[in-house]
Amino acid sequence: MSEPIVRAAAVENIAGRRPPESQPVLRTETGHHNTAHGHDDHGVLHHHFEDMTQQREATVLGMWAFLCTEVMMFGGLFFVYTLYRWAATQRAHDLGMIDPFYVGSQLLNHTLGLVNTFVLLASSFTMAMGVYYAQTRNRKMLMNMLVLTWLFGASFLGIKAIEWTTDWHEGLVPALNWHPEHVLTHGHHAFDVAKVNLNHLQMYFVIYFCMTGLHAIHMIIGLGVVFWFWVLAKRGLFTNGNDQPVELVGMYWHFVDIVWVFLFPLLYLIAGHHI
Amino acid sequence: MSSMEHSKVETQSADERATRDDSMDDIRPYQTAPEPEVNYLTNDYGWKSWLFTLDHKRIGLMYLVTISITFLLGGMAAAGIRGNLITPQGLLGAETYNKVFTAHGVIMVFFFLIPSIPAVLGNFLVPMMIGAKDVAFPKLNLLSWYLFVGGVLMALFALMRGSVATGWTFYAPLSSTYTDSTVVWVITGAFLAGFSSILTGLNFIVTIHKMRAPGLTWFRLPLFIWSHYATSLIQVLGTPVVAITLLLLMAENIFHVGVFDPSLGGDPVLFQHLFWFYSHPAVYIMVLPGFAVISEVITCFSRKPIFGYKFIAFSSIAIAIFGFLVWGHHLFVSSQSAYASQAFSVISFMVAIPSAIKVFNWTATLYKGSIRFTTPMLYVLGFLGLFTIGGLTGLHLAATATDVYLTDTYFVIAHFHYVMVGGTVSAYLCGIHFWWPKMTGRMYPESWGKAAAILLFIGFNVTFFPQFILGMDHMNRRYHAYAPQYQFLNVMSSAGATILAIGFALPIFYLLWSLKHGEKADANPWGATGLEWQTPSPPPLTNFERTPVVTTGPYAYSAVESERVTQQAEELAERVRERVLAEEAEREYGEKEKELV
Repeated sequence: MSEPIVRAAAVENIAGRRPPESQPVLRTETGHHNTAHGHDDHGVLHHHFEDMTQQREATVLGMWAFLCTEVMMFGGLFFVYTLYRWAATQRAHDLGMIDPFYVGSQLLNHTLGLVNTFVLLASSFTMAMGVYYAQTRNRKMLMNMLVLTWLFGASFLGIKAIEWTTDWHEGLVPALNWHPEHVLTHGHHAFDVAKVNLNHLQMYFVIYFCMTGLHAIHMIIGLGVVFWFWVLAKRGLFTNGNDQPVELVGMYWHFVDIVWVFLFPLLYLIAGHHI
Repeated sequence: MSSMEHSKVETQSADERATRDDSMDDIRPYQTAPEPEVNYLTNDYGWKSWLFTLDHKRIGLMYLVTISITFLLGGMAAAGIRGNLITPQGLLGAETYNKVFTAHGVIMVFFFLIPSIPAVLGNFLVPMMIGAKDVAFPKLNLLSWYLFVGGVLMALFALMRGSVATGWTFYAPLSSTYTDSTVVWVITGAFLAGFSSILTGLNFIVTIHKMRAPGLTWFRLPLFIWSHYATSLIQVLGTPVVAITLLLLMAENIFHVGVFDPSLGGDPVLFQHLFWFYSHPAVYIMVLPGFAVISEVITCFSRKPIFGYKFIAFSSIAIAIFGFLVWGHHLFVSSQSAYASQAFSVISFMVAIPSAIKVFNWTATLYKGSIRFTTPMLYVLGFLGLFTIGGLTGLHLAATATDVYLTDTYFVIAHFHYVMVGGTVSAYLCGIHFWWPKMTGRMYPESWGKAAAILLFIGFNVTFFPQFILGMDHMNRRYHAYAPQYQFLNVMSSAGATILAIGFALPIFYLLWSLKHGEKADANPWGATGLEWQTPSPPPLTNFERTPVVTTGPYAYSAVESERVTQQAEELAERVRERVLAEEAEREYGEKEKELV
């Protein structure tokens, strides 16, 4: 399991001397540092691990296992979505009414949703670049990338907040402010209220708020962690060969992005013409 | 490392000591080291050294204390249930009775059975059995305990306040529209306990994958580890689904939006699907660690290698996989389609196969073994019988035709308790006794232990066997009152519960007593082969003074036993020789005496 590891360089860095920045570190296919240059996998080796390789492999596996948990958690919601969308569409079709999930998606702001998707994809790009700069020990660029990631993430939440506020004013928030009749008849897409099952339309919005809400909670946690990592990166903690924590945050960030990539078409882009 | 290896090292070092200079006396292999001055219990003192510990062994003990308390509370609720059912009209009244059985179910399932073996014995033993210093993420391990305690406190607070009478299954809309918001606290408690369970499982998966000692390949792992690995898979993949379900339920309860309530456009059967998607695999979270304990103990006290190692190992994985595909057998009387019911029925029958493989292999391990009837072994033998009854009656409930008749009767209660109390709780107590010397460095009093094990077996059967008959006679569960013809068997059941309670209470007293007055245990009091027995009792903070290297498979009891038999034979031969010599000397003496006379 363990590869032979040169430890000489490690001692030097733990003593506080920061290595010169922007020094490229070759990486082997398995993701371990190439030790040929005398650079070592270091950072903090916790007492219960035998060596850095074991620690790296363990933490990455732990992150993947955690993401599996997350997939199952969102999976439950996706199942709820699938069932109710299928049931509502079927019911509307049988009764010759309009698909309430289609109506719901038409009441959302597609432009803002699309912009948000690209904002989030951009944040994924800057996060990936951050991981790259951590590996190449470029402290300044790593900090820049974390700032950009944070800003993109925050803009996503800002745009989301605008959307939710609009929903509130249009009376589309189930239980708290639920008066969809007005926007149904007077919005830019007018529908025949008699042909929409309002219970099922409410179900669409319950699912919409649950899914985007759970996603937003994950975004807020992500923003907190990215900020915290910016503080640590400023101290040079990730650019001395200890780049793995940034990679782990990157994995989480990409996961949250991917969830949105599924949420956007499922919630915004529902076609209704086949009914 | 097997014990054969162990003794080889020992003799080698003895030879070395004899031949080399005196300074070698200080250098001993860790196996023969005397009990060190400092172990994990004495390396630090004070409440901070416990509440902020990252040591998996201390966290295991903290879980032990916590779940002993929850078990006691759940047991008191059970006493309330059995007390109420002594008379047909019930002593507590409908309202109180509903609250009491809800408390019993919630506490026992979420706060005792699910954490029981993995969080106590698993936390303590998984790193030691694979030769690691700790679990992969000690901080998450501690966090899991805090989440658990937070969940327990929250749920207990709400249950004490009263008005939670939904049953442990929280079926919607009963738990959303038709009850007040106190149930939200209980649900949050269960949610937090679920989070703690995920963290434990995640820790075990990474630890088992990445932290095994050199030479410890997958097929050299003790079966305890295989079972815990399968358990962890379910914890990591199943628990998040119930987490999101409970969140949706909370949303429905607080905001009165329809997710599950049909009057608001929801589907109550969806709740049942989502709930049982976790909660059926969850019974395997509860019982697979029980299998883990049984596999270790039965081979130790049969003095034989386990029969069919790979079959037992893979049957654990098979149970984890099949366990995810059978939840629909809880919904045979819901609006589930007949086709779905048939599929779920068939797969439910298939789960019986890996379970039976285990039972047959354990029985084969007993065959021609030199069985020692110690306390843990009595629990194991009880487990084999009770789990088999519990498993076989499960087949009645997996068959759609009989299940429709037996749904919501005491037959289900009896089946579940045979598997969970006769199975998991027996195995849990078995494991606590078996590893008590390792955890505390003290032996428990053997005769008291046997008495408790036998009382538990008798009390359990008297309590729950009548419930099978009551179920067949169609006495419904969850009613505070019943028709008078059921009274005899109910009184019998309540009487049995009293014996059962004594069986559960005894260990609390003599185990606590043994902490101070018990005989001191050496490193390996049972002559067992696992790595955890090759380090002192109690173990030092980092478990092993140096990382062990493993060269053989587990359960090398044949080698241990042949060594023991050879040794016994040699001792016997020595005694015979001495006797012959003594007789010869006596005869010579007698002849001389005659000559003198």
